[in-house]
Amino acid sequence: MHLGIFLEQVPDGNMAWWQMLASGLGWTLATAFFAWIMAFVLGSIVGVVRTTDNHWAVRIGDAYVELFRNIPLIVQFFIWYFVVPGLVLAVKRWVVTLDPTQHQFVTAVICLGFFTSARIAEQVRSGIQSLSRGQRNAGYALGLTQTQTYRFVLLPMAYRIIIPPLTSEIMNLIKNTAVAYSIGLVELFFRTREMAEMTFRYFDAFTAATVIYVVIALTANRVMALIERRLAVPGYITGGK
Amino acid sequence: MIEINNISKWYGSFQVLSDCTTSVKKGEVVVVCGPSGSGKSTLIKCVNALEPFQKGDIIVDGISVTDPKTNLSKLRARIGMVFQNFELFPHMRITDNLTLAQIKVLGRSREEAAARGLKMLERVGLKEQAHKFPGQLSGGQQQRVAIARALAMDPIAMLFDEPTSALDPEMINEVLDVMVELAKEGMTMMCVTHEMGFARKVAHRVIFMDQGRIVEDDTKDEFFGKPRSERAQQFLSKILHH
Ligand SMILES: Nc1ncnc2c1ncn2[C@@H]1O[C@H](COP(=O)(O)OP(=O)(O)O)[C@@H](O)[C@H]1O
Ligand SMILES: [Mg+2]
Repeated sequence: MHLGIFLEQVPDGNMAWWQMLASGLGWTLATAFFAWIMAFVLGSIVGVVRTTDNHWAVRIGDAYVELFRNIPLIVQFFIWYFVVPGLVLAVKRWVVTLDPTQHQFVTAVICLGFFTSARIAEQVRSGIQSLSRGQRNAGYALGLTQTQTYRFVLLPMAYRIIIPPLTSEIMNLIKNTAVAYSIGLVELFFRTREMAEMTFRYFDAFTAATVIYVVIALTANRVMALIERRLAVPGYITGGK
Repeated sequence: MIEINNISKWYGSFQVLSDCTTSVKKGEVVVVCGPSGSGKSTLIKCVNALEPFQKGDIIVDGISVTDPKTNLSKLRARIGMVFQNFELFPHMRITDNLTLAQIKVLGRSREEAAARGLKMLERVGLKEQAHKFPGQLSGGQQQRVAIARALAMDPIAMLFDEPTSALDPEMINEVLDVMVELAKEGMTMMCVTHEMGFARKVAHRVIFMDQGRIVEDDTKDEFFGKPRSERAQQFLSKILHH
């Protein structure tokens, strides 16, 4: 491996290859970050709805999860990028005002946001359902409303319980951003391929990408472990841990 | 105070409660007993509308729990409930367990709620534990906190669903002592329990349930003298023998 290659200029650009990869990393992180926020909010809502007594809402929530979980991610990318603007006039009008990179970025965030939200919804649902029925009843018996019971009683424990699976969802999400190369988003994998093909230094380019992906994953893992420790409930033994 | 009028409840085609009628007057202590699966928990949960039922009505302090206009949260806030498995909120300190509903439901200030909570905690003898988490207390202590949490809401009546049956034997009495004291102070209580010593000491009436029916509804003396039904006699001889 020759580290010198990373300092070489990109042909017809005014950047070195390491800067190219760094900019790819930036798009990867930005995509993952915004998709995570979207997925967390949507997934929490859908997950909560699926644990209520409203049969229709539960059914719609279940359908939502099945829809986004069962279509291959790359297909979802193509649908959001090529099909949706053609189907919805308002989206088309908006899309033409964006430059291609913006369009790719927004699409990637939305696509990964929905895809990941379905998985988070599943985790949130199982977290809530792992709590005893008595906890919910205790909230109601004290006069808390359903919303208050979720907000103060059920969700704080449910989120704590699902921190480990949420951690793997974050890592999945970061890995899944690479699929955005298929619609042309210039994220890390896109730049890595570009570098490999233009310099024929496949080994160097992909080794660098591998190291970067591993470092992000480990960082995410450590941060979540830290959060888990900070939120640990004294005297409470979580199941199976 | 609590009037249960001809209620019936089904889970699908399985009838859990059949035409149950009884009442608890103000200041009265009523013990509900009966074999496992006879519907005791279901009946007591119907009183504060934690379980819906298909037939009959329950009136609590003049308010019908089946009336769609009834604000169930408000109604429940006035009835204290204590569960078999304590059901303290594990992620909150004891103080926060005690103040949460006072603040969110009754609209008390944090200071007012904390003062009230602490007073109730003192009453159950656990003032020193205020800053601990539920998981750091023994089962008996947790159940006493649960009673304090219910009392902090200034309830007009208390419901107990087998409050001592999840406890190790050496902890049962510390909980029963608190309940006896409550009863002596005139609290209206409906208690599902098999602690017949408790029933003898403070109950005014004893209800015996079997297969979703109220089979006996006697004064304490009648019940312990000689229950009319054979089922109750059998049951009583079984639980009094150990
Ligand atoms: N959610 C439920 N769905 C179906 N059957 C239930 C449910 N909850 C309780 N039951 C049944 O109702 C009967 C009465 O239960 P319960 O009121 O808990 O009895 P007890 O408290 O006297 O032991 C039992 O046979 C139980 O299996
Ligand atoms: Mg029971």
